[in-house]
Amino acid sequence: MADASDELTRRLARAFSRGVPHNLALGIRSLGVAATEVTFELPYDTKLVGNPDTGTIHGGAITALLDGCSGAAVFAALTELVPIATLDLRIDYLKPAEPGKSVIARATCYKMTRNVAFTRAVAYQDDPEDVIAHSVGTFMLSTKLGKP
Amino acid sequence: MSPALPTTLIDRMIAARAAQDYQGLIDLVPYASWLGLTAAMQGEELITTLRYSEQLIGNPALPALHGGALGALLESAAIFELLWRAETIALPKTITLTVDYLRSGAPVDTHARGVVTRQGRRVTNVRMEAWQADRNAPVATAHAIFLVMRG
Repeated sequence: MADASDELTRRLARAFSRGVPHNLALGIRSLGVAATEVTFELPYDTKLVGNPDTGTIHGGAITALLDGCSGAAVFAALTELVPIATLDLRIDYLKPAEPGKSVIARATCYKMTRNVAFTRAVAYQDDPEDVIAHSVGTFMLSTKLGKP
Repeated sequence: MSPALPTTLIDRMIAARAAQDYQGLIDLVPYASWLGLTAAMQGEELITTLRYSEQLIGNPALPALHGGALGALLESAAIFELLWRAETIALPKTITLTVDYLRSGAPVDTHARGVVTRQGRRVTNVRMEAWQADRNAPVATAHAIFLVMRG
């Protein structure tokens, strides 16, 4: 059984980091997918800078990282692959990201009902305890094409 | 002696504001240019537009825009509104951002506008809306709270 879940893990990781054009464009990489937790990395790049005076990356790039990582956490928790759509995402920005360093996001799907999945995620750089942004999200499950 | 060219973001922002150079404001932010944001006054409103490109896709099967790209558009629309309207002397800092995704974003240009709902001494609340072909059918709405240093 380990082989099957390893294969699924590899497929998910590939799907999220390579199969999503915006994640690919941002340079987002999947560092790990487990049943309860997904870890993504956003490497530092000058194109992501929001404040040219400080070199700090834009909040929008962190929003994309947390949204993508949270969605991946829902997929990782699903027992069958169904389409999902983000209902809402709230992000608290606790402090600016330090320039020149990757931002890591870690998301979990902590509750799944028949219709809705609930996620929480943190973004950090060196120390998982030293959080730069925190988010909670809700996702609609089994959406029809284009209709949340 | 000619006046020194503005060097810091805030100085250049003030210069862009004085010249009514809306796009100049956006060009100051590398991420905004990379994402494909443009800005223009339409009547009394500062409208921020996310030009469609394939790199914005989050779901290739539909296809639909990435929620993060829409989030970035909404946050940027609010920041540009604050920079444009208010007497800020520093970039507003986002404290919290909440996005409601109402419809999947079609692979076309998306427009957004921010409206200040409360301007306090230290924080400003902004409500945002993003739409595509039909302004009455927004693809996403959002609200955000910014820490704003005033001059």
